[in-house]
Amino acid sequence: MTYIRSTFRHPALPKNELGYTVDYYEGSLSTLCAGCGHDSINAAIVEACWQLNIEPHKVAKLSGIGCSSKSPAYFLSNSHGFNSVHGRMPSVATGANLANRDLTYFGVSGDGDTASIGMGQFVHVVRRNLNMVYLVMNNGCYGLTKGQDSATADMGSKSKSGSVNLFEAIDLSSLAIELGATFVGQSFSGDKEQLIPLMKAAMKHRGFAFLNVISPCVTFNNNVGSTKSYDYVREHVQVTGTVDFAPMMHEITTSYEAGSVNDLLMHDGTEIRLHKLAKDWDPLDRISTINAMQKAKAKGEILTGLLYVNQDANDLHDVLSTTDKPLNSLPQSALCPGFEALEKFNASLR
Amino acid sequence: MISTKINDFVVRFANVNGTGSASANALFTKAVFRMGVPVTPKNIFPSNIQGLPTWYEVRVSEKGYLGRREGVDLMVAVNPQSMKKDYADVAAGGFFVYDSSKPLPPGYERTDITHLGIPMTELCNAQYSDARQRQLFKNIVYIGALATLFDIEFSVLEGLIGDQFKGKEKLIEPNITALNLGVEYVKQNFEYPLPLRVERRDLLGDKILFGGNSACALGAIFAGATVAAWYPITPSTSVVDAFAKYAAKYRVDPDTGKNNYAIVQAEDELAAIGMVMGACWNGARAFTATSGPGVSLMNEFLGLGYFAEVPSVLIDVQRTGPSTGMPTRTQQSDILLAAYASHGDTKHPLLFPATPKECFEMTADAFDLTERLQTPVIVMTDLDLGMNDHVTDPLTWDDSRQYDRGKVLSADQLDNIYSNGSAFNGKWGRYLDVDNDGIPYRTIGGTHPTRGAFVTRGSSRDEYGVYTEDGAAYQRNVDRLLRKWETAKELVPPPVFYSAPRLGDADAEKAETRPVGSVRDGVIFFGTSTDSSLEALELLEAGGITLDAMRPRAFPFGKAFREFVDAHERIFVIEQNRDAQFRSLIMIELGTDASKLISVLNYDGMPITADNIFRQIRDRV
Ligand SMILES: Cc1ncc(C[n+]2csc(CCOP(=O)(O)OP(=O)(O)O)c2C)c(N)n1
Ligand code: SF4
Ligand SMILES: [Mg+2]
Repeated sequence: MTYIRSTFRHPALPKNELGYTVDYYEGSLSTLCAGCGHDSINAAIVEACWQLNIEPHKVAKLSGIGCSSKSPAYFLSNSHGFNSVHGRMPSVATGANLANRDLTYFGVSGDGDTASIGMGQFVHVVRRNLNMVYLVMNNGCYGLTKGQDSATADMGSKSKSGSVNLFEAIDLSSLAIELGATFVGQSFSGDKEQLIPLMKAAMKHRGFAFLNVISPCVTFNNNVGSTKSYDYVREHVQVTGTVDFAPMMHEITTSYEAGSVNDLLMHDGTEIRLHKLAKDWDPLDRISTINAMQKAKAKGEILTGLLYVNQDANDLHDVLSTTDKPLNSLPQSALCPGFEALEKFNASLR
Repeated sequence: MISTKINDFVVRFANVNGTGSASANALFTKAVFRMGVPVTPKNIFPSNIQGLPTWYEVRVSEKGYLGRREGVDLMVAVNPQSMKKDYADVAAGGFFVYDSSKPLPPGYERTDITHLGIPMTELCNAQYSDARQRQLFKNIVYIGALATLFDIEFSVLEGLIGDQFKGKEKLIEPNITALNLGVEYVKQNFEYPLPLRVERRDLLGDKILFGGNSACALGAIFAGATVAAWYPITPSTSVVDAFAKYAAKYRVDPDTGKNNYAIVQAEDELAAIGMVMGACWNGARAFTATSGPGVSLMNEFLGLGYFAEVPSVLIDVQRTGPSTGMPTRTQQSDILLAAYASHGDTKHPLLFPATPKECFEMTADAFDLTERLQTPVIVMTDLDLGMNDHVTDPLTWDDSRQYDRGKVLSADQLDNIYSNGSAFNGKWGRYLDVDNDGIPYRTIGGTHPTRGAFVTRGSSRDEYGVYTEDGAAYQRNVDRLLRKWETAKELVPPPVFYSAPRLGDADAEKAETRPVGSVRDGVIFFGTSTDSSLEALELLEAGGITLDAMRPRAFPFGKAFREFVDAHERIFVIEQNRDAQFRSLIMIELGTDASKLISVLNYDGMPITADNIFRQIRDRV
């Protein structure tokens, strides 16, 4: 645990288009265990927001309960955050978003928070295509309650105490695609190069953007035999070699090998570039994605990158036909029908 | 001997659920209302969509008694399933109206009542060929018959049918025909009118006939609620149904055709209240409506709302117990559940409307209160108030009223705090009590680029919203919440006091006051126990028992409440639940001696009656 952060900032720290250096996007000091995957993801969030030139106060950070859900305190200290109730972040995000459609909603959850107690709310927020980023820091266990198996722990995976998980794992990404999620990405906390562009694309997506990020728990689930350990994940990501479907903001270059390229225009006019390396798999085609994921599962591989994207679906505001102005900004004059209308109403009740 | 009862009787309709009787029966109520006579209908219905027995009871009362009364003077028995019991329920000297298309079986030979057989099925079969019409118009036939029997002006019914089918004029004629079938049959076969009679009066002035659920919904519209999230549950469903209807009428932007509101049917009540809190946290006005089982599910969020100080409005339309309890029967039995909902040391302001007018006002007030106090506020109505029509004073709205959005800092105010120092000493803290009223200043996301952001969480933080698990900081915080509770006591609507002999109206403004303490004993009632309690007090007064009365309209209890309790030797607490929950609340909050508070209870799922209250108090004075 690093409790003391140096206040020294290199004077030549680069600035983004808004004139902010990256530290402007940081949060308070993390109290997570040293080496916890969640901290790397938080660092990636900071970097992604800085690169995207986002005004931090135009972001709302929401979470449930868990080590992962503490994260909103650790990035974007100029954003409002809500560390809410275990498994209920989706509902809070839904209400918040309905109240003010102009903010960017960044939700952080854990695998326990999402796949167990929060499963009901998760599936429904997907269905509603709420315009938000929903990031699961997936470590296959309940970190904050000291390491119990979660519902995303693979069958046969061994915990630190040596017990073997006997239940089928819930694959959140497949589930999200099944339920009609319009943006689904998968990544690994240790792969910043992939994670940052993926997050940026997710924030640019209008609709529900789901990011399932494997994020090892160094304290309770990083042992030999665990399928969510750093070693295991690194090996299996490398072995399958499918870290190739990261969307790129056009101004960003990466070291990913170029293959066939597909530029995708986001709603605000920015583009993401899909580098497509696998045959028979088009992230714009849901069926091909589902097939690829089923095949990977059979082979024990972890697919990472942008798995699926659909830019054309209506988000919740479209469906409800809400006004373009944030509901929380409407003046009393637009809301209250007033005395005269009430008198007419009374007359209809006699 | 059958005595003449002008504008003072009870009619009960015994129907089969799902046969279209509801709108016909409502027509009867409305007709009495338009005759200028006070009237109170009660739906008594099963948890069923089609087939089970359902009753609709109408009390007509010249004296303006709007509570339920025991005894049925005229029964319209058109449900074979419940006929035997319905027959037995007719009071001696009363009338039994039935479908005489088939003769009554043996066992219907009472000599103390009058039998009025009307061949409703036969008349309809002769008139209509469509099966559904035959069914539906049977109900209208008996309404026509009753109008003649009770001497209700036919033009009143015609007017109502005209209003009901405005825009669907084709339906007017067949309805009038059906009414006339009943009218003509009575004229040719019975002596009419009956000794039970409706005589035109002008007793209602500008009063309206309205239901509590609709009134809550309209209150939410007027108060500027923009987000409603809910999960269907009887008897609260029609709150959001009505909100949707009124929103479509009042809240569509005329220029864009887009909605200045959002309604989400959530996946459950946990999500519903979560959405409400999310929306309120983000600066919108939002509400949900539910009943007991839903409040149970919302408990965790209500606790978070209390500790994190997030506004939200919850309308609890109380009913009788669990899902397989008696969900379609009324009670006031969520009092303790709502007052102390959730984990840890929590308590929540409750509002207790007694009339649809108060449903409208208190729902609107709830939005101001929840933002002023930054804590969830629960409007406690019930099935009786919510799902029945009531005669109530016209709704009013003062156009000069400004929404009280509470202590929310704008960008300028934030800048001021940091540049001028001000009461904050140059640094805003989300949970600082600078006004010494326990209420801190909040900020809404997106307001200011660098000021006012923080992470909302339960209670593990200090006055500046910074994470801490320090016990002293926790204690300071919850002690401040108690200061806020004290502030709430004088912000919520005060009790209404009634003095005998003419206790009169449930309406707050019309209640009289007299010096508290001039009478030895007192009585406390609230919500839907009000009408029957006021009537019972008159009955008691007539029998020489005088009691002071107080109707609390909110929790927490303020100074006036305590004074009333202190000023009386004994206090009868009238409520509709088994465990005397309101009485417990008084004992907990005021430390009142148990022996001083005497319970008057009713918990069979039916609205409490004046007769019942009268007996219970008389026997114990
Ligand atoms: C209603 C409720 N039940 C149980 C808990 C205890 N609890 C806190 S965190 C947690 C599990 C979190 O697991 P996960 O979401 O995977 O987060 P991680 O700590 O692994 O990042 C549990 C069960 C709680 N806070 N609330
Ligand atoms: S317990 Fe695990 S998940 Fe929690 S902070 Fe430590 S490493 Fe991270
Ligand atoms: Mg976890």
